[in-house]
Order: sequence, then structure tokens, then C-alpha cells
Amino acid sequence: MSGVRVAGVGLTAFGASPERTGRDLFAEAGCDALADAGVDRDDVEALLYGNFMGELAEHQGHQGPLMAEAVGIDAPATRFEAACASSGVAVREGVKRVRNGESDVLLVGGTERMTNLGTAGATEALAIAADDLWEVRAGMTFPGAYALMAQAYFAEYGGTREDLAAIAVKNHDNALNNEKAQYQRAIDVETVIDAPMVSEPLGLYDSCPISDGAAAVVLVSDEFAAEHDLDAPVAVTGTGQGGDLMALHDREYLARSPAADEAAEEAYADAGVTPEDVDVAEVHDCFTIAEVLALESLGLCEVGEGVTAAADGRTTKDGDVPVNLSGGLKAKGHPVGATGASQICELAMLLRGDHPNSDAVADADCGLAHNAGGTVASAVVHVLEVMES
Amino acid sequence: MSDEDVADAGYDEWIDAVSEGEGYFLSCENDHGSLPPRRVCPHCGSLDIEETPLPDTGEVETFTITHVATPNFADDTPYAVGIARFGDVRVTGQLRDVAVEEVEVGIQVAIDVAETETTGDDLVVFRPQ
Repeated sequence: MSGVRVAGVGLTAFGASPERTGRDLFAEAGCDALADAGVDRDDVEALLYGNFMGELAEHQGHQGPLMAEAVGIDAPATRFEAACASSGVAVREGVKRVRNGESDVLLVGGTERMTNLGTAGATEALAIAADDLWEVRAGMTFPGAYALMAQAYFAEYGGTREDLAAIAVKNHDNALNNEKAQYQRAIDVETVIDAPMVSEPLGLYDSCPISDGAAAVVLVSDEFAAEHDLDAPVAVTGTGQGGDLMALHDREYLARSPAADEAAEEAYADAGVTPEDVDVAEVHDCFTIAEVLALESLGLCEVGEGVTAAADGRTTKDGDVPVNLSGGLKAKGHPVGATGASQICELAMLLRGDHPNSDAVADADCGLAHNAGGTVASAVVHVLEVMES
Repeated sequence: MSDEDVADAGYDEWIDAVSEGEGYFLSCENDHGSLPPRRVCPHCGSLDIEETPLPDTGEVETFTITHVATPNFADDTPYAVGIARFGDVRVTGQLRDVAVEEVEVGIQVAIDVAETETTGDDLVVFRPQ
């Protein structure tokens, strides 16, 4: 089985660029990833591409070939859809294809164009990640779903809006020097608490923004990297995916994310590492409560203790395990189909030393990426490690 | 969104039954509850599932007050969405006959069907007992 290297990464700026087409966004990210890798276009054997709401935002289905064409790749292309985990599952498929010898060079990534829909339109588009009959028709929005989980968490384990606010404050702080981030401005707990409510107990600053953006990574086999003398020190050494019942009300727990427990368990075992080995993590903080659930599923916090991790400084830049040094979905932005791949980009840069926040984790050699879809009916976890050669 | 003229078999019959006070859920031999339309129990894979009367009273296990809605609920805000447990099954619906600021975890509710303000579409609602 071949090892899998992250040979190159490419990210557009995340933010509001409503006029930019999906194809233009992905062309930028894909071309940047190929240039970063130093890999010839002709060597790319397939594009694995994540996108969630292209039909609603751009009246555009069948995006795989369109995006391959945009990057100038003459190879088969397939779109993956798992709501906000769309490009996370694309990365996982890429890892498996390289490992099983099917491919030596793959372009993997994703795009989302959202801000052209406006807030109400994007809210409607995001809601289709939930069960239409049993959740959406009752008026449950995407923020509303996480608010239900937050309220259930408070009732089950305790915690306060101030605890959650500390997560938003941390992630905004981390994004201050990330020029790709949507928000590069500091906020304080009071700002989060006083912000307009979206779906109580979650306010505007508990929520990730609506974003446009694209991300891409070039995955290559160990053999290809060696033969072509690529500078690709970071490998994907573990991959895992978990699933759960679609509707929140059908799940055993309203304040936990067992699909991510399963994904993490599989990814850790695959890589032969444990939570104690993790030096840095990028987790799916679409809402502040989502970071809490992620930390607990990943084994970085005990169940019921994740809510205070940021407030206690355990996950801040100078904490035990810095979480979301990119700014996370919260501050970096969340173009949903791009998010899973963007986490791999950010982690690879953090580990190889060319991320604006690499200095915070200068000795790190193991990173974790956690990408979730819907109310975590889909979860994907990847382990990235720095290899010695 | 479905075309208004075409039914969602299984779901529409359930809505009609709840609005007539004859709500049901699907129960398997292992006492797992779920909502239609289904052919398989989502909890254990049992193919032996049958309609069972919903208990008259449920308990709200979590809720949220939504201020930013989709266009279909734009005129309904602010509204409270809750998840209530009725015996072996939970259901998602909106709280009615109670001020949103008075909704709490643990309140006892009955299930019903009402119309949204914005579109007049049917939706599941919970009324405090």
C-alpha cells in the first residue's frame, strides 16, 4: 500500500465575492495547488471534487467535468456531495485511490458559491442538508439545528453562552494574520453575547459566515513524490468516516456527534496514533457549539468538558492543542463544499511551516482534520503527519 | 420543495392522522420508534414495523427560538422549534399557544398540525398541556 503525500495546496480568499463563478473560484485554487506541488497538469489522473449547493446557487449540476476543464485537466472528474463534508469525503476517496495503487496523482478539492443567494437564500440552501419532511417543514434551519444541540448540551452537561463565545473569540484571534480569512478582526466575548440572535442560544457571532471560496490539494503517492523529487513532507496517514441517522430527533444523543467518534476512531487506528499524539487540529466549527462536539468526539476533551476548552485556554494558540489556527469556519469562512479540502490545506501548511500561524506549532508533527456534514450525519476525519523523508 | 399537487405518500397521511388526533409512529419488535415512510427500522434493521398510536403527551427535550428563517418562514419569526419525545419516538415541531420566551426543556406538550404564517403550509406543532 502506497503512502499518500500532500504535494501541493491551493486556496482562494474566503469571503464575499458574489460575482465570481464557481468555475473561476476552483480554477484559481486548482491552479495554485498544481503550482505549489510542482506537478504537471498532464500527470493528474482524476479530479475528485466536492460541492453542495451548486444547483441552487448557480443552476449548475454535473460540476466535475466543468471544474476539471477550468483547471485545464484532461481527466475523469467526479463530484462528491455530503453537505458541508463534501470535499472531506472527496479527500478520503483520493487517499484510498492512491493507497490502492489506482492513482499516483490526483487533484482533490471543492468549491461553494453562496453569497449571491443572499442571507435568506443561503439559509434555505443550507437547510436542505436536513431532513426535508421532518425537520425543514417544521421550520428548522441549519443554525436552528445546532441551536437545538447547544440547548440540549447546556441541559445535559452545563455550559454557558460565554463559554461558547470564547470559542468565537479564539477563532477570530487566530484569523487575524490569515490573509485568506473572511474576518481578520478581533472580537471580544461581549460582542458575541450582544450580537443579534440567529437561533437562540446561538447569535450572529456564534455562527460561521456565508462564504464564497474554493480549495484544492494535490495528492500523490510516495513513489511519485520520490521519483519526481517533490518537496512533500506532509502525508495523510489516517482516514475515517462515520455516519448517523439523518434527523437529529432520531439520534440517541442530542448533544453528541457519534458519527465523528466513529470517524476519529477509524482515522486514529489507520494512522496508528492516539489523541495524545495530536499537536494541532482543524475542526468543523460551523457554530461555536460544533467545535465543542468535535473536540469531544475526537477525544481531545472528555464528554461534557469541551465547552470550556477555549475559555480555559486549552485550545488557544498557546494551549495544549491549538484548535483552528486558520480561524476555523467561524472566522476563515465556510464555503461549504470547499471546507473539508481547505482544512487539509491549512493543516499541511501549519505542519510544513509556511502558514502564518506555523510558529505557534513549530514542533508539531501530527495534525487532525475534522469535517462534518449536516448535524453530523456525515463526518470525515484525517490524520496528517510530517514524514522524515 | 415538492409540487403542491403531488402528495408525499406516508408523510401526508401521517399529517392528516395527527390533525385528526389519531397520530401514530412506527414501532418494531424491539420497541424502537420512527416516523414514516419507512420499510426498515432505522435503529435495528427490523423489517417488522407497524403503526402504533402516539402517546397523548410528550416532553420537550430541547428547543431553539429562531429569528433568521428561510423564505418559507419569513413571516413566522420569531418562532420556537422543539424536539419532543412521545414514548419511543421523538418528533420535531414548533411550539404554539405559549410565548417563545416561556418555552423550557421539560414542558409537557400535545402534538397537532397547524399552518405556517408565511405560506399556509401544514406543519407539526406542540401545544403545552
